[in-house]
Amino acid sequence: MNTFDLANESVRQLNQTLHSNQCKDAEIAVINPGGKHSIAVGAMVNCQVNIDGHVGYYCAGMNQQADIVINGNAGPGLAENMMSGTVRVKGNASQYCAATAHGGLLVVEGDAAARCGISMKGIDIVVQGSIGHMSAFMAQTGRLVVFGDAGDALGDSIYEARIYLQGQPKSLGSDCIEKPMNDEHKQELGELLARANSTGVDISNFRRYGSARELYNFKVDNLSAY
Amino acid sequence: MSKKIDQSWLNESATFTRPVIREIQRAASEGIYDIRGFGAKRSIPTFDDLLFLGASVSRYPLEGYREKCDTRVTLGTRFAKKPIEISTPITIAGMSFGALSAQAKEALGRGATEVGTSTTTGDGGMTPEERQHSKILVYQYLPSRYGMNPDDLRKADAIEVVVGQGAKPGGGGMLLGQKISERVAQMRDLPQGIDQRSACRHPDWTGPDDLEIKIQELREITDWQVPIYVKVGATRTFFDVQLAVKAGADVVVVDGMQGGTAATQEVFIEHVGIPTLPATRLAVEALKGIDMHRKVQLIVSGGIRTGADVAKALAMGADAVSIGTAALIAMGDNSPEFENEYNELGTSAGYYDDYQDGKDPSGISTQDPELGRRLDPELAGRRVANYLRCLTLETQTLARAAGKTDVHNLEPEDMVALTIEASAMAKVPLAGTDWIPGVTHKF
Ligand SMILES: Cc1cc2nc3c(=O)[nH]c(=O)nc-3n(C[C@H](O)[C@H](O)[C@H](O)COP(=O)(O)O)c2cc1C
Repeated sequence: MNTFDLANESVRQLNQTLHSNQCKDAEIAVINPGGKHSIAVGAMVNCQVNIDGHVGYYCAGMNQQADIVINGNAGPGLAENMMSGTVRVKGNASQYCAATAHGGLLVVEGDAAARCGISMKGIDIVVQGSIGHMSAFMAQTGRLVVFGDAGDALGDSIYEARIYLQGQPKSLGSDCIEKPMNDEHKQELGELLARANSTGVDISNFRRYGSARELYNFKVDNLSAY
Repeated sequence: MSKKIDQSWLNESATFTRPVIREIQRAASEGIYDIRGFGAKRSIPTFDDLLFLGASVSRYPLEGYREKCDTRVTLGTRFAKKPIEISTPITIAGMSFGALSAQAKEALGRGATEVGTSTTTGDGGMTPEERQHSKILVYQYLPSRYGMNPDDLRKADAIEVVVGQGAKPGGGGMLLGQKISERVAQMRDLPQGIDQRSACRHPDWTGPDDLEIKIQELREITDWQVPIYVKVGATRTFFDVQLAVKAGADVVVVDGMQGGTAATQEVFIEHVGIPTLPATRLAVEALKGIDMHRKVQLIVSGGIRTGADVAKALAMGADAVSIGTAALIAMGDNSPEFENEYNELGTSAGYYDDYQDGKDPSGISTQDPELGRRLDPELAGRRVANYLRCLTLETQTLARAAGKTDVHNLEPEDMVALTIEASAMAKVPLAGTDWIPGVTHKF
């Protein structure tokens, strides 16, 4: 196993390694991350990265294929624009985690702050705590599962992404509505929970939210909603 | 039968002009602002308000076709391992696939490549056609992040973080449903046929300190190989340029308020931002103020049409310029050959600005496959190349007349202003005087 001690080695050295084939199927340990930014960004091959401690901005940004675990809290923009692979944070995640992410799975074991899943484009997100305001803003596709509550304006201007929420939304954003939980959705949620290794929740407690599709084409009569 | 009227009684109001009256009538009937393409149409101070002094007894010129006048420029010398080298200081600005047809994007790539300059992607991602046909391709990193992915990021020769655009600083994008073809929808991960709003600010950073961290992330992902540009609409230009440099930009792109767009509210196009002329001066002052002029390269855009515009922008201190609208016109936009079809659309060659509509008879600003096929990418690419060559020759002509062996040796001292406004904005003296408003006072 490769170990990067970020107290002595640079983030640059770590990322350069993650961009080469030499770490394919390898296990990489990162210690003393010290809240540094851009840790393990742009990973390109299948590997396991375990980060022991807190990370700063954009950890796991644009991840492809790698499985990254953060044994701590994550700063803003965790797993932004992720394409594939998995990212799991054992603590909390700051603002805009998984922003514009296209694929893969993000699991936040604690809470996620404001704008979780903003503009998401295909990623699946499972937050085992609560999420902040304006989450899933302009969310395009993908799924967002939340065990706790959501802040104000959940799913504002949402497109085709699906939100499964166990707790309460403080308010729903423009064009976001509650939708029926059919068998298809229960099955989908069950699969997501299994992929996230999340146990101890009852699927029947979740409600589904998505787009009313009223704002898809500009109509002047909807002006107050824009 | 209407009665014959005496034309001399018709006195048009300077306040309520006919276009103003027409717009009030349109607003009253439709209840929504006008969205259109093209750039500002109002009259503003431009590079036309400056003149070169040329040669004189004390300044001797270079021989027109014989003596060398270099046009090359290297962009991104600050941090990137692989800066970009272009043979002419004129680049093609970012215009999205979606706003433009695949044929138009290919043609821009071909034209730019033929003369050794760069072209730029746009909101909507990189298409394989444009990558294939563009030797030097700049990849835009926009708030919407439509089509953004690390594979394309690594294929790019430079990355341009778009903070704003001259036509709409502070405004997001809008691609109306009629232009969302299956391919565009798929690239943007959205359903076909719905309006696509592009966000007006980035989803995962706000402010200059975040931008610095964001740029660092992009460099880490691309292993510090390629230059990173920051593009801003011209507004608080002095501060924006200094902040972009502080955030780590290799190149700053400043787009004046008259810059083109594919679809923006008319009120935005005409009323927000400052013109390219004062923006260029402010940007150069900002760079000089922190000893970064020529270390961080400056590209200016917005209303560049002729070699005179290029030469004046360089003389004021820009390293290169960028063109959008003019490149579309070079390909065939607003050409009289489509006059009948323009008439069908209620307009005329020379006035067409409905790029948002997708019905462009020239096949440029459309996603209709039938219309798109009308544009031959080879021919249109050839026209872009011809036009770029012409601009380059014109720029060299002016530089040689001022005795310069490199177009970048042009300087503000080679110019005078025709109007007091331009003199104040460009800080070059009013022609025939040594007066610059706000700088020198002679009584
Ligand atoms: C059809 C069209 C599409 C454009 N799309 C984009 C875009 O996607 N991203 C961007 O930063 N600017 C975009 N622009 C602005 C150009 O990059 C550039 O700033 C502007 O065209 C320069 O002004 P000019 O048209 O007067 O040359 C677009 C402009 C046009 C005309």
